[in-house]
Amino acid sequence: MNNEYYGKLIFELSRSGRRGAAIPDAGCPQVDLPTHLTRAHTVNLPCVDEPTVVRHYTNMSTNNFGVDTGFYPLGSCTMKYNPKINDEVCAHHAMTRLHPAAPDESVQGALEAYWTLQRCLAEIGGMAEFTLNPFAGAHGELTGLMVIRAYHDSRGDKGRTKVIVPDSAHGTNPASAAVAGLKVVEVKSLPDGTVDVQALGALLDDSVAAVMMTNPNTAGIFESNVAEISEMVHKAGALMYYDGANLNPMLGIARPGDMGFDVMHINLHKTFSTPHGGGGPGSGPVGVCAGLEKFLPNPRVVKKADGSFAVTTSPDSLGSISATLGNFAVQLRALSYIMSLGNEGLCQAGPLATLNANYIKESLRDLYKLPIDRVCKHEFVFDGLIDKSTGVTTLNIAKRLLDYGFHAPTIYFPLLFHESLMIEPTETESKETLDSFIDAMRSIAREAATAPECLKEAPLTTPVRRPDDTAAALNPRVTWNDLKTSAQ
Amino acid sequence: MLERCGVRSIEELYADVPQQLRLKNGYALPAAKTEKEVRDFFDALGAKNKQLTCFAGGGFYHRYTPAVIPALLSRSEFLTSYTPYQPEISQGTLQYIFEYQSMMAELTGLEVSNASMYDGATATAEAMMMAAAATRKRDTVLVSATLSPAVRAVINTYARYHGVTVREIAADNGVTSLDDLRVKLAEGKVAGVILPQPNYFGIIEDLTGFAEEIHAAGALMIMNCIAADLAVLRSPGEWGADIAAGDAQSLGMPLHYGGPYLGFLCCTKPLIRKMPGRIVGATTDENDNRTFVLTLQAREQHIRRDKATSNICSNQGLMALHTAIYLSLLGPDGLKEVCDAGMNGAHYLADRLTATGKMTLAYPGKPFLNEFAMKCSFNVDNLLRLCLENEILGGIKIDASTILIAVTEMQTKAEIDKLVQLVATSNLE
Repeated sequence: MNNEYYGKLIFELSRSGRRGAAIPDAGCPQVDLPTHLTRAHTVNLPCVDEPTVVRHYTNMSTNNFGVDTGFYPLGSCTMKYNPKINDEVCAHHAMTRLHPAAPDESVQGALEAYWTLQRCLAEIGGMAEFTLNPFAGAHGELTGLMVIRAYHDSRGDKGRTKVIVPDSAHGTNPASAAVAGLKVVEVKSLPDGTVDVQALGALLDDSVAAVMMTNPNTAGIFESNVAEISEMVHKAGALMYYDGANLNPMLGIARPGDMGFDVMHINLHKTFSTPHGGGGPGSGPVGVCAGLEKFLPNPRVVKKADGSFAVTTSPDSLGSISATLGNFAVQLRALSYIMSLGNEGLCQAGPLATLNANYIKESLRDLYKLPIDRVCKHEFVFDGLIDKSTGVTTLNIAKRLLDYGFHAPTIYFPLLFHESLMIEPTETESKETLDSFIDAMRSIAREAATAPECLKEAPLTTPVRRPDDTAAALNPRVTWNDLKTSAQ
Repeated sequence: MLERCGVRSIEELYADVPQQLRLKNGYALPAAKTEKEVRDFFDALGAKNKQLTCFAGGGFYHRYTPAVIPALLSRSEFLTSYTPYQPEISQGTLQYIFEYQSMMAELTGLEVSNASMYDGATATAEAMMMAAAATRKRDTVLVSATLSPAVRAVINTYARYHGVTVREIAADNGVTSLDDLRVKLAEGKVAGVILPQPNYFGIIEDLTGFAEEIHAAGALMIMNCIAADLAVLRSPGEWGADIAAGDAQSLGMPLHYGGPYLGFLCCTKPLIRKMPGRIVGATTDENDNRTFVLTLQAREQHIRRDKATSNICSNQGLMALHTAIYLSLLGPDGLKEVCDAGMNGAHYLADRLTATGKMTLAYPGKPFLNEFAMKCSFNVDNLLRLCLENEILGGIKIDASTILIAVTEMQTKAEIDKLVQLVATSNLE
């Protein structure tokens, strides 16, 4: 499908003297800079005309797989359909030209949008207040942990240096804790994937700042003991942090605030349908329970008594974690989604996501090993095929799915099992799509039994096959310049 | 489907969620809107914003966005894909990130770029943590007083929680004091030094001698830059910097009231394994075709957890595509023209405002590109209010008598003259 010429690197399409855009010029007199402040050589950028640029990147796009291309059951990533109206409203001409330093009175519509989304998320999260400033989920985690540290510090409780994280948690949890200057203590999971409450209790003391939980957890299991855990944690003087990566199945069912969580983040690019963009821009709003509002990062958006909106700062705030109010265009998309679905739509989203996941699980459990055999929520984990005698691995299965026209599930995560294959269908898929995925998975299991060697060669039909990761890491070539140099 | 699941209702699938935790009557949220109603809702919000001629900068500028960019960014194979964990079906994303990295390395004059960070402020904070990790047992970072206050605020937050001590290098007539840098370096334990280019006042700093002092003290030199300006300015690599960070909004990204923009982070090759975030590398596939993959992932959170170089995962992927397309369309000449148009306009405006007799350059004689600080004989608030009444965002207030003004290729001569006219003919006292 790829055009050999336009599929090259843009630098290889460069021809001296060509360009693809004309720059407006007010015609003011030319100024010259002192030469010791200017660069020695013109910057080496490609010289290409507009059609070449368009064909080059359009060709490249065909080597990609998006939610719009097909089913994307990537566990814990909530790859639901991204409604097109969201893109339209975020590109609204009355929103795109606003400078972040514009006076409040000139951006009342933007501030109202920001504030309205804050309130919607507070309602959905069961939290008192939200900030939309964090740029992504991991940024939200970091911000939330800073809120927690600011809270303990404000009470003179300086010895709380640890965060307890279940061993099933996403890698960002411990990484965010480390960036926030906290020490990570792992708590083991029980065989059913839930947190070992007794083991957790034994770790709680006055050195613990917070317990981070994902609920449902990464195995897709709801932590039914969450209220009990919250009580224990609060009794020990620590706070409860909710990783909102798996909020989707809870829509319409239960709110983190009501489960006893004090601080949470939401990935707008998961639960609220904003596109992932090949790895961002995301948005990771952070919510807090009553009493913690004043610690939220500056700046904040508030509604004043006269009904107008304002940007404010608080002296008690943890500080700034961004130069602006975050990825505003992403926030607009999420607001559009919430307005489109409304209360009833949102309340249906969670249950339908859960139904879809259980349907796939039950349709494949005779062929794939189900290490945690219970009702799941939005996602579940297989531990590879039941029949391991053929040597077919989770990686083989994932790569073969690409040949069948599906994106692969999340693989080798969570770390609870050796051959984890984590499947999250989301609520936006029809029964027919789920059935076609189930058929493909069953077909792959048959291939594993009859022609395992062929399966180990997968993928067979993708634009590239089995890249050499080791060579890439041994001798990192990360720029066009590196490629030119290594070719010499 | 329910039958397959062995239940009679979806409710049974939630039997493990205790009743006392349940949401009882739905959310207190509005009812569903049709697409037309959603459009109307946002039209009404949009109508509450004022569209102003923008002379405000402070690191973010009203720039020209070629029509090609939104058209290509809306290709849903780019827009609706996830992080490229499966290289076989993600070559589009991986290739544009590779091109982006190549272009940013060119602009900064450094060897390595990552796949992007959130924004310029967080990228600079990550550079600070990178320096602390690369220079063991050093816990102090020096930050120039001439760096943008918004960026410094973010650095201070990250530093406070991460356990890094931030000390300020004094400014001397609007630029970083080399003498004060020497004093602070001599006090020891300095992991990195963060210097702006251009600085918050729009001044192009002469960093002659800085790299030598910093490296002699065993510290890393970090430059916070405005990406577009690097088309003409001496690059961080040429100044001897080890790390360059900053915001790429200036490369034609819509202002969008604060985001999405893109933080860039580049470094020398020896520092590559200390780099946070995704990095795309070139390799070959089974058929010996050139192939791109995420590489050196052992630095990252999904592998190293609490030992990772950073917690970042999602970055600003689509804005890296924006950057690659923008730089391809403009090429070296176009990007220089962008810088020239802003610089020529800014110098013209500064001259004309000075000629009113009511304003003077805050740092006369200091070289600047497209942004400059002016001292006013009146209260800045008076000017900003008057501008607003005339649908102009006149600049950013630094203090009661100082204003920061930026010009880009977007303002016409008539718009520039209108601002001058307002200052010249109005009573601003």
